Amino acid sequence: MARVELVDIQKSYGAVKAVRNANIVFGDASFTTLLGPSGCGKTTILRMISGLADPSSGDILIGGNRVNDVPIHKRNLGLVFQNYALFPHRTIGENIAFGLKYRGVPKSDVTRKVRDALDIVRLPGVEDRYPQQLSGGQQQRIALARAIVIEPDVLLLDEPLSALDANLREDMRVELKAIQDRIGVTTIFVTHDQSEALAMSDSIVVMSAGRVEQIGNPDEVYNTPASEFVASFLGASNLLPARVLGRDAQGVALETAEFGTTVVPASRAATLGDASRGQLMVRAEKLFLSDGPASPDSTQAVIEAVDYQGQLARYFLRVGDTQLQAINMISGRPFAAGGTVNLTLAADECSALPAKDA
Amino acid sequence: MKLRVWTLLKTYTVLVYIFMFAPIAVVLVLAFNSSQFGGFPIEGFSFRWFVKLSENEAIIRALRTSIILGACTAVIATTLGILAALALVRYTFRGKDLITTVLIAPVLVPETVLAVGLLIFMRWLHVPRSFGLLLLGHSIIALPFVVLVVQARLTGIRRDYEEAARSLGANPLQTFFAVTFPLMLPAVFAGALFAFTISFDNITATIFWRPSGMETVPTQIFGMLRNSVSPEINALGFVMICITVGVPLMAGALARYYMRNTK
Ligand SMILES: Nc1ncnc2c1ncn2[C@@H]1O[C@H](COP(=O)(O)OP(=O)(O)O)[C@@H](O)[C@H]1O
Ligand SMILES: [Mg+2]
Repeated sequence: MARVELVDIQKSYGAVKAVRNANIVFGDASFTTLLGPSGCGKTTILRMISGLADPSSGDILIGGNRVNDVPIHKRNLGLVFQNYALFPHRTIGENIAFGLKYRGVPKSDVTRKVRDALDIVRLPGVEDRYPQQLSGGQQQRIALARAIVIEPDVLLLDEPLSALDANLREDMRVELKAIQDRIGVTTIFVTHDQSEALAMSDSIVVMSAGRVEQIGNPDEVYNTPASEFVASFLGASNLLPARVLGRDAQGVALETAEFGTTVVPASRAATLGDASRGQLMVRAEKLFLSDGPASPDSTQAVIEAVDYQGQLARYFLRVGDTQLQAINMISGRPFAAGGTVNLTLAADECSALPAKDA
Repeated sequence: MKLRVWTLLKTYTVLVYIFMFAPIAVVLVLAFNSSQFGGFPIEGFSFRWFVKLSENEAIIRALRTSIILGACTAVIATTLGILAALALVRYTFRGKDLITTVLIAPVLVPETVLAVGLLIFMRWLHVPRSFGLLLLGHSIIALPFVVLVVQARLTGIRRDYEEAARSLGANPLQTFFAVTFPLMLPAVFAGALFAFTISFDNITATIFWRPSGMETVPTQIFGMLRNSVSPEINALGFVMICITVGVPLMAGALARYYMRNTK
């Protein structure tokens, strides 16, 4: 087990800056997710930690030791690839035993360790099959077993669930997290799927275009996004241009054309600084529809479209010229498209962000 | 009208195939003709020309030379071909395109030119014609085919496999022997067979490079033809066809058997 640190890591491919100045600490035994859209540099970071790519500058520390010059086969890491990369010419047993061979594990122990690893991933007794004979989900488990059987210092997973279909993906997500809790290995998980990141992580590193946008636990990145990018990448949000009316220790008062004055808690306005203009961020699920009588802090909106999702409905609304999104629980029947409703927002759960051009 | 064109096309195709395969069929049939002369008409069925062939020491010697030469060519060209393909597919370096062209060039250069060129070069180095020179020449001719076949296969082997092996603790050499080589084995087999067949069949360059007194099967046949078309040649042709067609077929069957067992 070990903590992993990236210190001022940069990586360029020719003119492309794949990673810009990353400083990240992956805590011992923690589960950290690198989250961001495709091409933002997640894989590149993982490859640098594993030793498959060299950073252009900066240091990588594993367990406190600088490993920049340590070749990959000496780093003792477990790597799980998006498409599993199980050796097609080896049986499952041989695949899992592969790493043990190079660690001088005695033969009798190898059999036992392979069996234990298969038990952990809940696929006992498939030692003699070939990878092609297993389903995608099963191959995924074998790839995990092969990576953890060597008792790695760090487990690195690059979008390991993205090749699975939706149901299996959710099952594997729970199981993967349970296995990680059980063996307590420092885990770095790469995904572009926000729900995976929110569900599994102790800590999330949100990335965009090679830059680290925010590091925090799931609650922090979701509820107090540090930038407009984070706010719009995680969940569905409404971002409204706002004027800062005033601030005190408790909160910041923002005025928007759509909702008038809203007082946002100071803890949710940290990135605003002392600017006089900003944006009000309202999560789609913090915007409430009602067909009751208008109140002083409600706003009238027209429902343009409804996206019915079972227990939830997503509404596409218009207030004046502004398009808004709201996701509400359905009580009784969803509101119908074309109707007019009164909108209220949960001010305590809104955030203030810097203005678009700031 | 349309039907007529279609029929014409079919007839034409059949004729082309007949033109290609009739000579081979003729050799195969005539090899068993008991007649004194190596041609039609067929007088009777007989193995006598095969018996005669097996008693002809010059031919047996040529056959042995050809097989040894082919086998050595296969070993050398395949080894070099694997290394070249690895370098071309797995690494980036300056002058890669140039090296690719140079490796493939022997296919494009007319064989006579290649033959004369190598000969002049060797004369300049004061190296006499020898079995070694012949082997070197054949390896040069066979190498491009091996490179192309192995390269195609290697391109299809995802790098993840090698990276996974490395991450599990295998050094680059161990990774090659545990993962890369087994995965490209079918192409290695195919390349080696190509090399063998190319060497076994070659006549043009061989005539230039062989030391005096050394004969391969094709040069031996060529020599015999200068006197007369002996029926023995038909029998020898039969044997050659068996080797050049039979060996790849057998290897293919073996490869399929091997693949079935790993799947
Ligand atoms: N080997 C490479 N050569 C050139 N550019 C690369 C290479 N690997 C990645 N890149 C570039 O670096 C950027 C980040 O890529 P990557 O880390 O794979 O993104 P992600 O995994 O987040 O989708 C992309 O713009 C990609 O095109
Ligand atoms: Mg990626």
